[in-house]
Amino acid sequence: MKFAVIVFPGSNCDRDMYYALHDVLGMEADLVWYEHSNLENYDAILLPGGFSYGDYLRSGAIASASGVMQQIKAHAEAGKPVLGVCNGFQILLEAGLLPGAMLPNKTLSFMCHYEALAVANHETSFTTGFDKGEIIHLPIAHGDGNYFVDDATLSELKKSNRIVFTYTNNPNGSAADIAGIINSQGNVLGMMPHPERAVEKLLGSDDGIRLFQSMIENWRVAYAANL
Amino acid sequence: MPLTYNISPEKVEQEKLYLGMGLSDEEYAKVKHILQRRPNFTETGIFSVMWSEHCSYKTSKPLLKKFPSHGPHVLQGPGEGAGVVDIGDGQAVVFKVESHNHPSAVEPYQGAATGVGGIIRDVFSMGARPVALMNSLRFGNLATGRTKYLFQEVVHGIAGYGNCVGVPTVGGEVQFDDSYEENPLVNAMCVGLINHDDIQKGVASGAGNTVIYAGAPTGRDGIHGATFASDDLSDESDADRPSVQVGDPFMEKLLIEACLEVSHSDALVGMQDMGAAGLTSSASEMASKAGTGITMNLDFVPQREQDMNAYELMLSESQERMLLVVKQGREQEIINVFEKYGLQAVTVGEVTKEKSFLLKQHGEIVANIPVDALAEEAPVYQMPAKEAAYVKAFQQMEHAVPHVGDHTAMLKQLLQQPTIASKESVYDQYDSMVQTNTVVTPGSDSAVIRIKGTDKALAITTDCNSRYIYLDPKIGGRIAVAEAARNIVSSGARPLGLTDGLNFGNPTNPEVFWQMKQSVEGMSEAACILKTPVVSGNVSLYNQSNGRSIFPTPVVGMVGLIESLDHLTPSFFQEPGDLIYLIGETKAEFGGSELQNVVEGVYEGKAPASDLHVDADRQEQLLAAIQEGLIRSAHDLAEGGLGVALAESIFNGKGLGLEAGISGDPTVALFSESQSRFLVSVKPDQQRQFEATVADASQFGSVTDSGKFVVRVDDGVLIEEDVQILHDLWKGAIPCLLK
Repeated sequence: MKFAVIVFPGSNCDRDMYYALHDVLGMEADLVWYEHSNLENYDAILLPGGFSYGDYLRSGAIASASGVMQQIKAHAEAGKPVLGVCNGFQILLEAGLLPGAMLPNKTLSFMCHYEALAVANHETSFTTGFDKGEIIHLPIAHGDGNYFVDDATLSELKKSNRIVFTYTNNPNGSAADIAGIINSQGNVLGMMPHPERAVEKLLGSDDGIRLFQSMIENWRVAYAANL
Repeated sequence: MPLTYNISPEKVEQEKLYLGMGLSDEEYAKVKHILQRRPNFTETGIFSVMWSEHCSYKTSKPLLKKFPSHGPHVLQGPGEGAGVVDIGDGQAVVFKVESHNHPSAVEPYQGAATGVGGIIRDVFSMGARPVALMNSLRFGNLATGRTKYLFQEVVHGIAGYGNCVGVPTVGGEVQFDDSYEENPLVNAMCVGLINHDDIQKGVASGAGNTVIYAGAPTGRDGIHGATFASDDLSDESDADRPSVQVGDPFMEKLLIEACLEVSHSDALVGMQDMGAAGLTSSASEMASKAGTGITMNLDFVPQREQDMNAYELMLSESQERMLLVVKQGREQEIINVFEKYGLQAVTVGEVTKEKSFLLKQHGEIVANIPVDALAEEAPVYQMPAKEAAYVKAFQQMEHAVPHVGDHTAMLKQLLQQPTIASKESVYDQYDSMVQTNTVVTPGSDSAVIRIKGTDKALAITTDCNSRYIYLDPKIGGRIAVAEAARNIVSSGARPLGLTDGLNFGNPTNPEVFWQMKQSVEGMSEAACILKTPVVSGNVSLYNQSNGRSIFPTPVVGMVGLIESLDHLTPSFFQEPGDLIYLIGETKAEFGGSELQNVVEGVYEGKAPASDLHVDADRQEQLLAAIQEGLIRSAHDLAEGGLGVALAESIFNGKGLGLEAGISGDPTVALFSESQSRFLVSVKPDQQRQFEATVADASQFGSVTDSGKFVVRVDDGVLIEEDVQILHDLWKGAIPCLLK
């Protein structure tokens, strides 16, 4: 399985994502500069955190309008796994691949620390490695992580079990404690917490590793089924 | 400052316009002598910024020479963008601290943000990837609206810039004292990692090579910033707001990636940040260091505003700009790299054999100055120094023990002093984890970042207790270095070297200059004995407002090497049953202590004594014990003494408690600030081995699972309190003060 880590001008968790996949998990991965991207040969697309285009205008807004997003949309529609973390999640929201929007944290300040998350849906292709309702610890690091969504969409998200992670102690004011959601097809996940920062016990937690392992395992199963 | 620059050299002289730019009469005469003519307006401006304290160190140079700057591991000492120290395996660590005090006093968000941006550029201009940021901040007491505003906006500015560029802010320190009320201190430190082969220098060697300007275009911001930073702050300083630059961290992020990419190219000859005094200092220093000259055509300099004249272009301190010297004929390779990142990179001039700094604009020569006159021949002043009268009086005072009635109440009060209280509300705003190397996050003695691909890690700290330096600059200077070294050792590292951020008042005041001289002497002694060479640094003078000086504040930024991750040592207690030891002797020393301030509302008397040889031996012994695996936790004793250190060691959210027994005067035992002490915890089965390794260690307590903080004196209970209650007071103090 081969991963593409998309690098926008201003991405700054790109190398961390690459390190987690390539060095820790031993997977094939490339840092793919947004202008030169042909994503055909990749099995999963990762949008890392950071401040794409300085987050000028709105977080993720300018990156969402870049050419590579058209390609990513097409791959997403075709069922390829897409994971957006932090700024990557904001880009997915701005691009309309996931519903809702991000507001500034309720504290009006950037915040960076570990948060306890509940795995609200352990049956997605990103979360089968977790137990039902399991509490995991991942770092957050964001200024605009206060997830907003209209009531109708929220109840749709709940009904279709598309809320994947929730904060157990909501730090930023997100609607329904939402930390991560998935699209209706089940192949596009956006989340504010950073699984790629939690892949080694040395740095405080390795809970994030199972998210990537879930992706790998489910891809293998699907690949084998298509052989 | 005149708005029009069509001013003749005669007028500059007759109306003494040079005075307004910061040149004295004598300095102007020296310029005339060097040029053998009157300087024109632009040249006068160029001399004034290059000869400002900020660029020339004209008053501090004689003192800075005293610092030991060599050592077996030092690859690059002071004089380049940042110092470089070998860490083995072909790798080196690059670091420097820099101040941005005056801009932050006038426009705190941008002042702090651009301070971070500038120090990051100093590090990546060496070819190193920036891997960590630290900061050392000083404010007045959080009593007035203005101080709260300065504090909050400085923190926002550091966060806004550091988070966006993707360099983790892993720690630092914040202290509060009245002397910083009008003149806050914002010192930022950046640490980078580099392979020896990639080390770049800011040199313009090779006549005929091409000078390339890269990054943001030049605007009118920050003109005369270096001169502004070399003058007292006054009520008129608000009118200097245009002297404060505006940062663009997104541009900086692109610049980091582009510059690191070109630093691997053999087409690159040299690279330097356009920091203080912008294009003037970068170009003239690069030429001067290489023994060459530079010719530039200012028409090619990318410009953000219309009709900028030579004076403005040369003195602008617009941010996120770099100057590169590239091998002739290979310009396009370098330009292509910048263009990939959407950055401008243009040829603006060439390196010349004649050692002159020659500038052209609109087909005319607008400046022609011998290069060395700017960078090398700046005046150097031997300022008069006089022992401060107050210090003499303090030396006559006997050590006195402040009166404490209720030790539990006092411990609670101390834990809520802003200087001691938790800074979590500050560092939570910093992305401390990006780059996934941060092993020890902010809030410990040192921050620790691992080095990927190795079993090693770096420990980083910034320290400076300016109260001791105010009481006794020499001893205080020693303490600043020794405390930093203890913080490094506590984390399991061996100190490698330090960078200094010297913040003082107006050096033309003999008492201030004496403070500088004495504290540099004290720091030098400590740096020699503790084997921590001074590899880089920064001087910020004129930190006073309306006639009142700040406490002398020579900030020490220190980096240490943890040779194996097995040596990593937390500052928190780990497990019930572990034995608690105090290493070192406690005397009745309260001069400059937190307790003295709380009880008596002053800082006076003698500073605590500092025996550097004792410190050195103790640090060696503790490090040996750590490397042998005998230490569960180690914490340096600082403000608030043993009582505060015990509390800090138990605030790790594990529900632990402690039982300790003290003897003698409980106020001395708990709150004295005697130096060279550590608080460590040891596993019971390693007690004997530990005691054989570390001298002067006495066991006086143990870690429990009770969640209670219990201190007994003789047979009675002196303090018994829930750890949670103490923790909440400590954690909530600063947010409470900001409400």
